[in-house]
Amino acid sequence: MGRAILLDKVNIPGIRAFEVYREHGGYKPAGKALLGMTPAQVQQEVIKSGLRGRGGAGFPTGLKWSFLDRKSDKPRYLVCNADESEPGTFKDRYLMEKLPHLLIEGLILSSYALGVKTCYIYIRGEFKYLVGILETAIHEAKKNNYLGEKILGTDFSLEIYVHPGAGAYICGEETALLESLEGKRGNPRIKPPFPAYKGLYDCPTVVNNVETLATVTSIISMGGDAYSKLGIGKSTGTKLMSACGNINKPGVYEIEMGLPVEDFIYSEEYCGGIKNDRMLKAVIPGGSSVPILPADLILNTAKGQPRLLTYESLAEGEFISGSMLGSGGFIVFDENACIVRNTWNLTRFYRHESCGQCSPCREGTGWMEKILYRIEHGQGRMSDIDLLVRIAKNIEGNTICPLGDAAAWPVASAIRHFRKEFEEHIK
Amino acid sequence: MNTGNSVNHHLFVRENKAVSFSDETLEKVRSLIRRYPEGRQKSALLPVLHIAQEELGGFLSVDTMDYVASLLNLNPIEVYEVATFYSMFYLDKMGKYVLEVCHTGPCAICGGEDVLQHIRDYLHIETGETTPDGMFTLKEVECLGACGNGPVMQVNTEFYEHMTARQVEKVIEDLRQKQGEEGTSKGWAEQFS
Repeated sequence: MGRAILLDKVNIPGIRAFEVYREHGGYKPAGKALLGMTPAQVQQEVIKSGLRGRGGAGFPTGLKWSFLDRKSDKPRYLVCNADESEPGTFKDRYLMEKLPHLLIEGLILSSYALGVKTCYIYIRGEFKYLVGILETAIHEAKKNNYLGEKILGTDFSLEIYVHPGAGAYICGEETALLESLEGKRGNPRIKPPFPAYKGLYDCPTVVNNVETLATVTSIISMGGDAYSKLGIGKSTGTKLMSACGNINKPGVYEIEMGLPVEDFIYSEEYCGGIKNDRMLKAVIPGGSSVPILPADLILNTAKGQPRLLTYESLAEGEFISGSMLGSGGFIVFDENACIVRNTWNLTRFYRHESCGQCSPCREGTGWMEKILYRIEHGQGRMSDIDLLVRIAKNIEGNTICPLGDAAAWPVASAIRHFRKEFEEHIK
Repeated sequence: MNTGNSVNHHLFVRENKAVSFSDETLEKVRSLIRRYPEGRQKSALLPVLHIAQEELGGFLSVDTMDYVASLLNLNPIEVYEVATFYSMFYLDKMGKYVLEVCHTGPCAICGGEDVLQHIRDYLHIETGETTPDGMFTLKEVECLGACGNGPVMQVNTEFYEHMTARQVEKVIEDLRQKQGEEGTSKGWAEQFS
């Protein structure tokens, strides 16, 4: 199943430089599109590819693009979401560090399709060193007439700017990101209106994840139809997985969608099995926000089918026995890991990262953290377990943005699958 | 950020001294402002605050924030409310090196908590404190997006990965040796072309 589409050039020495990237076929897709395709045709290829947002939500990219208000006479913006902050996720950092031009080319293609003249890369401030890498790539592309005025002699002009955040998980949520890009606190906006109509500076805006936009380059290179033949069903193409936790080979792996989870965990090509020959206890498969699954349910669905790395397979059984592919942040726990301690840890994260706008999230994350703290530190009460379930339920769906859900799901799923462990902590 | 009951009173520090960027930095700030549409200079606030913190004393004093407000033609409150929201902005004097240790899930299950405790014991400071010689401040931070290489620590935005108790001692001692020398990594202003 090992298939490198995005990362096929990653091991070429010096690939970060424009010349090397171009010598290995880079910027051919950009030339092909700008000189031989209409913007609508580029968008059509993305629709045909079946590409879904790689940031976590998995929303079809072509469909998201089709919502853009094209009747407005205001400028349109493309914003690249490089605020990678979901615990367990580090694929975008890898991609930008190794292949900055792949992203820049994806931004050129996407901007062309969308009729965008200004594009911002919003990158988390902690990735300061990547700002320079991306700015250099932009500078090189501009020198070679792939950016700036009248690109390749066409009427298409584009500027790309890198914009750093300053430490706030919430800014990965697209409307909080736009607020932050406008120089404000990262408080998510109420939707509707959606960014496609009122986004950056109240103008029509598309916000897409780094991996999503880089994939557009691959799609134009190989064609939407060919891309859609990779993967299984509605999970087309390849996905970057960030693997971490108690495994032998943590790292970023590109997998073709449909790879069995068991192969991903145990094969030498990927995670290389559990560290120190311990037993697998649990996995959070899609970044810290998605439900945790115990070993038996991550390897096989409740119906006994092998669990696959696809949007559908990981979600099978919904939240009773399933989870989500999310961002592909794959966190593995061995038999010695303490689920209660980890749940407390993640809840502390969400409490810290709540922007404080909505009471259920602001107060609820604080209450959950305090209760989990006392359970972990030997002062829990048996009634605390159901109290946590109730608080999680009261947060879920009752907030402006999905951070509330993201804080509730880890708690609810940990109790659902590991209630005994919570009880043992309290006894 | 900083909701709930965390002990953080956001006491601003006013130093009553005139602060200003060098001419070179001012030119960089002007070019950053030009990246955003006319009248949207507020967009440059985060990048300019990064530069200000780095070049004007290592934290954001009221003096610095007011200066940034004047550069971007903003009300000071617009800068204060942003400076208090984002965890990378410091509102108080920090040590020369700020040790920011990730304590979030993936780093924690790979030994991050032990690394953190070791730093406390080694430097005899608690989280949030600075060593008496002003060299090191210890901070616990949330996920730094390098989970595959955990436990992770950032020192003045430079990544140190695969930390162990031994490794972290070495990093600290190396930084001590470097005292007085300028760091080799590029500053905020230089990141932008």
